[in-house]
Amino acid sequence: MVIAIDPELNQLSKEECERRLETFEGRIARGDKVEPTDWMPQEYRNQLIRLIHVHANSEICGALPEGKWIPHAPSFKRKMALLAKVQDEVGHAQLLYRAAETLGASREQMIEDLISGKSKFSNVFHYPADIWTDVAIIAWLIDGAAIVNQMMMSDGSYGPYSRALKRICYEEAFHLKHGYEMVVTIAQGTKMQREMLQDSLDRWWPPIMMFHGPADKVSKHTSMLVQWGVKLKTNDEQRQQFLRQFVPKMLDLGLKIPDPNLRLDKETGDWLYTEPDWDEFKRVINGGGPVSGDRVATRKLAHEEGRWVREALSAAAANQPIPMPTMTV
Amino acid sequence: MIATMETLNDLDAPTKSAVIDLLYRLADDAIIIGHRGSEWTGFAPILEEDIAFSSMAQDDMGHALTFYQMLHELGEPDPDTNVFGRKLEQWKCASLVSLCSKRDWAKSLVRKYFYDVAESLRLESLAQGSLVPLAQLARKLSSEKKYHLMHGHMWMPRLGQGTDESHQLMQDAVDTLYPHALGMFESTGADDLLDQAGIFLREDELRKRWVAAVDKVLGESSLKINAKASPVYGGRSGKHPDDLATLLDGMQLVYKLDPSAKW
Repeated sequence: MVIAIDPELNQLSKEECERRLETFEGRIARGDKVEPTDWMPQEYRNQLIRLIHVHANSEICGALPEGKWIPHAPSFKRKMALLAKVQDEVGHAQLLYRAAETLGASREQMIEDLISGKSKFSNVFHYPADIWTDVAIIAWLIDGAAIVNQMMMSDGSYGPYSRALKRICYEEAFHLKHGYEMVVTIAQGTKMQREMLQDSLDRWWPPIMMFHGPADKVSKHTSMLVQWGVKLKTNDEQRQQFLRQFVPKMLDLGLKIPDPNLRLDKETGDWLYTEPDWDEFKRVINGGGPVSGDRVATRKLAHEEGRWVREALSAAAANQPIPMPTMTV
Repeated sequence: MIATMETLNDLDAPTKSAVIDLLYRLADDAIIIGHRGSEWTGFAPILEEDIAFSSMAQDDMGHALTFYQMLHELGEPDPDTNVFGRKLEQWKCASLVSLCSKRDWAKSLVRKYFYDVAESLRLESLAQGSLVPLAQLARKLSSEKKYHLMHGHMWMPRLGQGTDESHQLMQDAVDTLYPHALGMFESTGADDLLDQAGIFLREDELRKRWVAAVDKVLGESSLKINAKASPVYGGRSGKHPDDLATLLDGMQLVYKLDPSAKW
């Protein structure tokens, strides 16, 4: 990944660095937003680029499992809604790549890093969407889990990322409605439909439980991100919020959650669950998931087959501004 | 003097049949081009274009839906049954939209442009026509369609004149698709009735206007059309390329698991 070097940083005295860091942390403590031209510790910049890049990659790879089902959507309403939803996800990727650009990363390089397998994307998109009802579970539960994360991150300290996330959350709320309505419709459907839905949940539940990242006791990135106001809740706190919000609704719909240890601790109000398999999580996000290779290969193919278009656009822009032909109709 | 028809009930039986024939052609073209457009969602050469193509595909599907709704008002099946339950030979779309262009951006772009020019001319003709509900609908749809045309007008010169490679790919796409585009104007038995009732222009007249518009823009984009090309007909009478059969198999896959189920 290309990381913008803060040229000043290396030329500053230790005292000056400490003074700036103190001012920076003071601003964060007061709830100020950090803007692209402000001084920031290199580590803050690096961590944000890493986070936003992974987030953008996840949006663009997240378009693939659902996008695959647009041609098969079984009604006008579903076809148009799913198309609109996936379009939103691609739009989010664009917004996020732009937010990362404000930190000095280049879009072209970020995409190159994605297709060369150097950068990561969310664990859930390394799994295949095999049947139509997977689309309903993804739109409801994965978008639901993502909203928990993104609402929290949207209050974070970096201005451009925070603002992009506000807009993303606004759209994600529609996705959640779309997903919930699909799940409710199918849950009230025929025996075949209910079995398909349960099958989807059984397969997606383990990856969804890993979505918010490793348990706090093993997560290596969390503490610094919390300190600098990038991340306002830990992974476990987010997971718990997701369970509190969604488990009762799932049970109401007659879905069986495939975890024999899942139960409510009445004293704390927390849901207790089987600890996800964090070895699987690590293996998956490092490219060892069931369709990790396919996802990257698809993005790579799209990027390479579109190269001539981007080259022609650059050439057209370099030669001269081409006026639009006169519109006669 | 052509009488204005304020509602669909004002149509006499033969004219009603002609309007149904016309609406199927409009609706089937629109849903299939929309479906083809959505095949690029998540896969386009640049993110901005991914978004644009998805957006236009939604418009096209939305236009199709309004035409199918009008067909339903005229006694045809409801839109979902019509699209997800209909057999191949009952479809009336032109081969231009049926052809598969997955992973071929030049063909997808040229095809969309050819279609959009034709669709704009059709809507313009309907908007000036004597069947009021259809004229009103056409005016509404035209307001969206003009952005599709702007999209095509933006791209044609940029790729037609961008690099040698882009020029060649675009010229190949024009050469391949032009005969299919002419096939959009295949005459049907409805032509005379629709013309006499003042509802819609004759297909040969639309074709003349389409050729003039396209020829001009392609010329300004350093692309050439083959004036001697013969149209590929058949779509309007239910004879389709295999690509449409494949498309419909995919589109109707989930629906056909249980046509009575709600998803």
